[in-house]
Amino acid sequence: MYELFKNLGTWLVSGEQWSGSDGIGHRLAEHLQYSLLATLVAAAIALPLGLLIGHTGRGAFLAINLASFGRALPTVGLVVLVFLASGLSMWPVYVALVALAVPAIVTNTYAGMTAVDPDVKDAARGQGMRWHQVLFQVELPLALPLIMTGLRLALIQVVATATIAAYVSFGGLGRYVFDGLAQRDLVQVLGGAVLVAVVAVALDLALSALQRALFRHRPA
Amino acid sequence: MTIDWSWIGDHTDDLTTLTLSHLQAALSAVFFGLLISLPLAVVAHRIRPLRGLLLGLSNVLFTIPSIAVFVLLLPVSGLTRTTTVIGLTIYTLVVLLRNTVEGLDSVPAKTKEAAKAMGTRPFRTLLTVELPLALPVIMAGVRIATVMSISLVSVATYIGDGGLGQLFTDGFQRNYPTPVIVGVALTLLLALVADALLVALQYVLTPWTHRKQRAA
Repeated sequence: MYELFKNLGTWLVSGEQWSGSDGIGHRLAEHLQYSLLATLVAAAIALPLGLLIGHTGRGAFLAINLASFGRALPTVGLVVLVFLASGLSMWPVYVALVALAVPAIVTNTYAGMTAVDPDVKDAARGQGMRWHQVLFQVELPLALPLIMTGLRLALIQVVATATIAAYVSFGGLGRYVFDGLAQRDLVQVLGGAVLVAVVAVALDLALSALQRALFRHRPA
Repeated sequence: MTIDWSWIGDHTDDLTTLTLSHLQAALSAVFFGLLISLPLAVVAHRIRPLRGLLLGLSNVLFTIPSIAVFVLLLPVSGLTRTTTVIGLTIYTLVVLLRNTVEGLDSVPAKTKEAAKAMGTRPFRTLLTVELPLALPVIMAGVRIATVMSISLVSVATYIGDGGLGQLFTDGFQRNYPTPVIVGVALTLLLALVADALLVALQYVLTPWTHRKQRAA
């Protein structure tokens, strides 16, 4: 056990491990690229949907069921399914990651919108604000903390799951996990797993710090 | 991409075994998750300073990718069912712990005072007053944890377990979509049925939430 951790330490800090096209630096960049792009696409789909459901109050049933459906959908199965349908392309990775992120963003956006005090919305309408003004100048700013929480949650899950890209022969930090498993090289597997965990935790901490800084002036 | 229906007919035994193994892994995880998080939640609820620490810790555990958790457990418990269950249990903790603490928080102070005034001891109050009243919120957590676990079991296919997840590996290696489609469908079905059963269980366990108001 001790030997293993010593080797893991050596693996993580050795210079040659960090450079080159299969070095940690490159794999980390790939991993972040998959994760950020997938989260952006998911946000582009989910934010308007969540805002619309929250603003109109219609389709709440859809939002809630979408969430539990999303939780039940096995990501590995989805990746393999899209892979078999589309062949060797980035589609399986992005479809699975986007499908994972959309429910988290929709439900949190919706939750944020419904938490806005109806009196405030009434007051805004009473002042003669149009629906889009109410949405963008009143509801959206008030719902923003919860929307941010949803985005953060989605990004963390996506970063954690982007390991799966390596399963269908692409890069990212998952490469070490799957190559290590194939080569029975436990140090490499653990190295990859630790890196993914560190990236996920670091992003979570960074985003929550950003969130706190942005909403510093808000009462809790 | 077509479904080969005869494959399903030929493999009903395998499918049953895998489904049961899948369910067993998920349910064990929720069971152990409850076993760990109930006492922890009571502690977090009673002792304020520990609350942030325990909830924060479970949040950090949740950010670790599932595949990483399974892999990190390999030196401890190897390529076994134990690894699968420990990994899944860790994931259930964040939901179960948070919901149980919130459930205990939601019990009205007056109800607890009434129990105290009637001479009920703290531990008995917890068992017969607080936990039953917290049950709806706890059950909401149990439902999320169960559905999540059922979906996550398949990740354990990378460490040679994974119940229905094995169908994904099988279909992937043979470039054969039928097992994959069947695996996804059965996982969704299992989650749906488990969720519905838990809703029914909650209905039975909390009769006071839907009993008609009787005339005095």
